[in-house]
Amino acid sequence: MKSFEYQRPETVAEAIKAASKPGASFYAGGTNLLDLMKAGVRTPDSLVDITRLDGLKRIEPQKDGSLRIGALVRNSDLARNADIVSDYPAIAEALLSGASGQLRNSATVGGNLMQQPRCAYFYDPNSACNLHEVGEGCDALEGENGKHAVLGWTKTCIAVHPSDFCVPLAALGARVVVDGADGAREISIDDFYSLPGSVQPPGSALKKGEIITEIILPSDAKRFAPWARYIKLRDRTSFAFAIVSAAAMLHVGDGRIKDARIALGGVAAKPWRAREAEDALNGAEANEASFRKAADAALAGARPSGDNAHKIELAKRILVRALKAAADGTPPKMPDLPGSVFAVGKEAR
Amino acid sequence: MALRISLNINGTEHGVDLEDPRPTLLDVLRERIGLTGTKKGCDRGQCGACTVLVDGRRVNSCLTLAVSLEGAKITTVEGLANGDALHPVQTAFIEHDGFQCGYCTPGQIMSAIGLLSETEGKASAEAVREGMSGNLCRCGAYAGIQDAVMDAQARIAKGAKS
Repeated sequence: MKSFEYQRPETVAEAIKAASKPGASFYAGGTNLLDLMKAGVRTPDSLVDITRLDGLKRIEPQKDGSLRIGALVRNSDLARNADIVSDYPAIAEALLSGASGQLRNSATVGGNLMQQPRCAYFYDPNSACNLHEVGEGCDALEGENGKHAVLGWTKTCIAVHPSDFCVPLAALGARVVVDGADGAREISIDDFYSLPGSVQPPGSALKKGEIITEIILPSDAKRFAPWARYIKLRDRTSFAFAIVSAAAMLHVGDGRIKDARIALGGVAAKPWRAREAEDALNGAEANEASFRKAADAALAGARPSGDNAHKIELAKRILVRALKAAADGTPPKMPDLPGSVFAVGKEAR
Repeated sequence: MALRISLNINGTEHGVDLEDPRPTLLDVLRERIGLTGTKKGCDRGQCGACTVLVDGRRVNSCLTLAVSLEGAKITTVEGLANGDALHPVQTAFIEHDGFQCGYCTPGQIMSAIGLLSETEGKASAEAVREGMSGNLCRCGAYAGIQDAVMDAQARIAKGAKS
């Protein structure tokens, strides 16, 4: 690992100043960054340790019904928070379906948003990857690419965003609060991520030195609590990234869907809000035919980026399953296998 | 960039001089303090052999910078037994053959202790399998490990009542 300078600021203002220097990077949970530094993919000149910024560790319900979550809240603490469990159960399920118990105790909200893709060519400093340097090319295009993107990709980059947590955040229209030298601003999670272009690889809207301070769940997000699930298909039952995943949240009345929130994971360089699927469900009956129609709409623009055409049908089926599970109602207690296809339906009976 | 940190490890205060900020908690425990019970497996957060408790929570010590933990309370497998009296999780691993070669065992035991405090004594066998998924055992002693963790949970509950 290349050596680096180490700083531990006591205030957000100091952190922004320190991170504005060339080659500086924030350090919080460290679970992704240190891994990439050991691989030689990330070589920061300085680390700005923000773990002591206690003001960013709060979870605060607001008077208007929204919820503010500090960027340094650990994944495991957020998943067990009483407000999250009761009002945003798909977020708790997504968090608990991700990584391992040890990693969830370290990983933070902000770090989760800033996760780098798990593409093997990105992780190999000797492979060509436009995320290493723009213009390097992409070895994944002709390589092992069975788990790569089917939506929103270009030949610049076909990697997917690996987060589970960000999928229900995208479905609920969360906002990301960032602070920097030019002051604080709010960005919708949809705008926070950029898809790859003809030259530029995917990225975030953060400017140099800017820090994520909070996530805001909007005031209308709670009403989906009775019908909210996150379902994730993976190679093994636990401790694996999603091949495809879906957050499905419904607002049901008189057997009809009054409102729907849907996002997919593992399919694109960002958590993929499926507005076409939401529109297809508005006013529809909550049954399998409606769900299949919504899934077809969600994946209408999908195309394989390599050896991964199967992911299109898989994503549709996972979305149908997630919608069925959501329509059956949020389980009264978190399933022992959160987000697992093996947990669906079991607890509802 | 010399740095001095202090860590409370298994109840004892240790001052550690670091010549630069790179050493992980795992390397400090093994190479500076001489506590080699905590094992280095993958060194990338995938195998769980390096699991320790930091302020009571299980973490991968290989993915944690020691310098960031200034003032933290660390518990390693060496800090569990009270003389010859083993921790209930250690006893259960022995009685249920929760290992073969033993290399992953310190991490398994520390992870199990973390899991049992997270689940507050209510973990089902399925929740134990899920909760221990961050610890690999290449000998494949998983059946014994699951039995040991379930039994340890029962022992701890009984101990708390008596």
